[in-house]
Amino acid sequence: MPHDDHDHPHALLPPEPALRVRALETVLIRKGLIDPAALDEIIDTYQNKIGPQNGAHVIAKAWTDPEFKQALLEDATSVVAELGYHGRQGEHIVVAENTPEQHNMVVCTLCSCYPWPLLGIPPGWYKSDAYRARAVREPRKVLSEFGVTLPVETAVRVWDSTAEIRYLVLPIRPEGSEGLNEEELAALVTRDSMIGTGMPRVPS
Amino acid sequence: MSHSAPEPAFAEPWHAQLFAVTVALNEAGQFDWPDWAVRFSQTLKRHGLDRELNGGSDYFFAWLETLEALLEDQGAASSNEVVELRDAWEDAYLSTPHGQPVQLNGE
Repeated sequence: MPHDDHDHPHALLPPEPALRVRALETVLIRKGLIDPAALDEIIDTYQNKIGPQNGAHVIAKAWTDPEFKQALLEDATSVVAELGYHGRQGEHIVVAENTPEQHNMVVCTLCSCYPWPLLGIPPGWYKSDAYRARAVREPRKVLSEFGVTLPVETAVRVWDSTAEIRYLVLPIRPEGSEGLNEEELAALVTRDSMIGTGMPRVPS
Repeated sequence: MSHSAPEPAFAEPWHAQLFAVTVALNEAGQFDWPDWAVRFSQTLKRHGLDRELNGGSDYFFAWLETLEALLEDQGAASSNEVVELRDAWEDAYLSTPHGQPVQLNGE
């Protein structure tokens, strides 16, 4: 920013891209192509309402209810919609179950396709070239940078999300979580564990 | 790749604003999301040819460029219109006393 923090006589000029976004927005509002109230609703939804807690709820339910889990693996889209998680970028969701034989990990090599209704907006690293390019090429190395080391006998499968299909990883239920209820289990499910770049927390 | 602390959904207000404008246009039927994804991925690829893009500003710069080009192609927002309003907003910021709400003339 070219400004000092104090003593400027006029409002602080936003950065260049912010001005361009402002300009686009004004053009579109004047033409009636977008509604300012809709913009506020969208921002509020993704900043405050939708996030990984939604996905964690689904995972915890799958850990406690075998029938739900079966249905989830067969047709995740309609099963999560019944829990109220549907809408934008959740049109077709596929759940990949981790097992001792196979660890699943999700990327979008094209841009940043991601199951918004279940996980919210993707973190910065998910959108970076570093992750998008390397997740497919050297998944074990990327996983180790996330602190995940898998037994040699566990294969890694990388799922490439698209605008049509979004993947969610069903992590293995952690040991020591036998007595926990659904809500307590949900607290163990991290965002990264549902992308496959992390493991669920271990109960203390 | 840092991934320990929980981060806000959007690092900058303009990222959020740009995201919202794009989603609102998609929902209003201005374009399909798969078409958007194809265009956006092409921009990312082009920008990423000579360097590695980060998932923050680099990513949203590419997003903005994609949206501007798409709306220009569709005739929904020409670059002339956008540049004119960008300058009008700049003038508004520079002529509004610090602490006052910034508004375009005539709005």
